[in-house]
Amino acid sequence: MKSMSNTKDMTMKQWLHNKKRRSYSVILLIFIGLCVTVAVSLIGILIGFILYRGLGHISWEFLTTARSALRGTIGILPNILYTFYLIITTLLIVLPIGIGAAIYLNEYATNRRLVRIIEFTTETLAGIPSIIYGLVGFLLFAQGLGLRVSILAGALTLSILSLPTIVRTTQEALRTVPLSYREGAFALGATKWYMIRTIILPSSIDGIITGVILAIGRMVGESAALLFTAGTGYALVTNYFQALGTSGGTLSVALFVYATEHGNFNVSFAIASILVIIVLLLNFSVKLVKRKLRKVK
Amino acid sequence: MNIISANKLSLHYGDFQALRDIDLDVPAREITALIGPSGCGKSTFLRTLNRMNDLIPGVKITGEITYHGEDIYAPQVDVTALRKSIGMVFQKPNPFPMSIYDNISYGPKLHASLSKSELNDLVERSLHGAALWDEVKDRLKKSALSLSGGQQQRLCIARALSVSPDVLLMDEPTSALDPASTMKIEELMGQLKQDYTVIIVTHNMQQAARISDKTAFFLTGDLVESGQTDQIFTLPRDKRTEDYITGRFG
Ligand SMILES: Nc1ncnc2c1ncn2[C@@H]1O[C@H](COP(=O)(O)OP(=O)(O)OP(=O)(O)O)[C@@H](O)[C@H]1O
Ligand SMILES: [Mg+2]
Repeated sequence: MKSMSNTKDMTMKQWLHNKKRRSYSVILLIFIGLCVTVAVSLIGILIGFILYRGLGHISWEFLTTARSALRGTIGILPNILYTFYLIITTLLIVLPIGIGAAIYLNEYATNRRLVRIIEFTTETLAGIPSIIYGLVGFLLFAQGLGLRVSILAGALTLSILSLPTIVRTTQEALRTVPLSYREGAFALGATKWYMIRTIILPSSIDGIITGVILAIGRMVGESAALLFTAGTGYALVTNYFQALGTSGGTLSVALFVYATEHGNFNVSFAIASILVIIVLLLNFSVKLVKRKLRKVK
Repeated sequence: MNIISANKLSLHYGDFQALRDIDLDVPAREITALIGPSGCGKSTFLRTLNRMNDLIPGVKITGEITYHGEDIYAPQVDVTALRKSIGMVFQKPNPFPMSIYDNISYGPKLHASLSKSELNDLVERSLHGAALWDEVKDRLKKSALSLSGGQQQRLCIARALSVSPDVLLMDEPTSALDPASTMKIEELMGQLKQDYTVIIVTHNMQQAARISDKTAFFLTGDLVESGQTDQIFTLPRDKRTEDYITGRFG
């Protein structure tokens, strides 16, 4: 009974009911509980405050009209549309490139050093402040390519901004697929592309979609990169292709403009609460995607 | 007749040499057993036969492997065709994360466009072949990952059979199975040998002696001895072979 040597003065009962050990873990538990309470209530207060300040100013008219001095309306329909158009356009550009690049890096590239350099570059790009993307996007797309300040210029800028994230999250999702699945498919005579289509993508799709949703969340909240590139336009242009060529402020940009140019914080908070709700819904859908698609496995 | 021959085959994982100058002939329509202590290169050798080691970065192979007289590492070889002809069951069961039915029909769909009923027949036949049909016939649409380890291994055997390969490579196919399933698989291999060539890695000496026609003994990357199973088990030429099969090491 060597392991009992340090307990030789105690009875088994005293050893098992060790007070010191118990009280130590109780203190730890209280401490962790405090931390969690503080964190959760901070988030709760923040969200609660925004909704409290903003929800009251949201009306049907607010959601369905444009800002017009003549008609005296303050509405955010154009901003909602522009946000939507911008995200769609960005996804159309960034998804094929980003997912394609991730598949290439993970499944095809043989030069490990080159891959590591590319991965390092994308990681660095992900850490650059978005206002710099805005500046570069303005010079490159709005002026350089002559797109002027427009939804398209904004979408191209957002594409560059979110490309590293999409590549990274897709790569991470692809990496979760075990080598043994690939081997199983190859051993049956599958080609690489067939294997990727039928094994790799289906079993990593939840991770990929999760990454895309989180990226959308960031696009919804992005303002600095769009201020110079998509601009602050608020005229209602419903035609998608026409909108691509016009300046249009997204919800986040409109929030900024209403607060700084007009000092109208009621509208800003109304937009803020819409943004908060959108982000909450997106995060909720991530959970849903994970649960729904996990079942397939 | 020899269907596969390895000539002076060596393999390096980076700087580590896992196989040294292996010369081995595999007769057609027989069962060849590869035996040897853990880490001696049995799996590595098996995986060179369907070029599965191509997937591992840093692998270098020298020497030659011929299949029906053709060098399988020649640049113009279609690896997918090779792997369809030389099927494999892996050491660890690796069913795809899809239904039992989809696991089995994956291979056939790859190589031919079959009707629904042809596919159903093929799935049933393959599962029968691997002695799994009775246990799964009512839940073909269930995920293959819900099966037990032993069932998963038999599923993988069924999956390998589904594309009617010419040669079947089996890496310890029964190490996760209970005695009853093991017997079924051994029996199955006895039948398979009518049409197929089987190469099996096993740690079970009785199994090797029971089912195989030819045995090859590996030790730390070398092929120590190969020959008719009867001869290897009764009159081994090399002292190390004798020590191994009598359980003195390994
Ligand atoms: N991917 C790899 N990279 C580097 N070394 C490897 C790799 N795979 C195997 N090896 C090494 O090669 C040697 C042979 O391995 P192998 O898997 O062929 O052994 P084995 O005979 O099948 O053993 P076991 O009976 O335990 O399955 C071992 O020393 C192993 O560590
Ligand atoms: Mg092995």
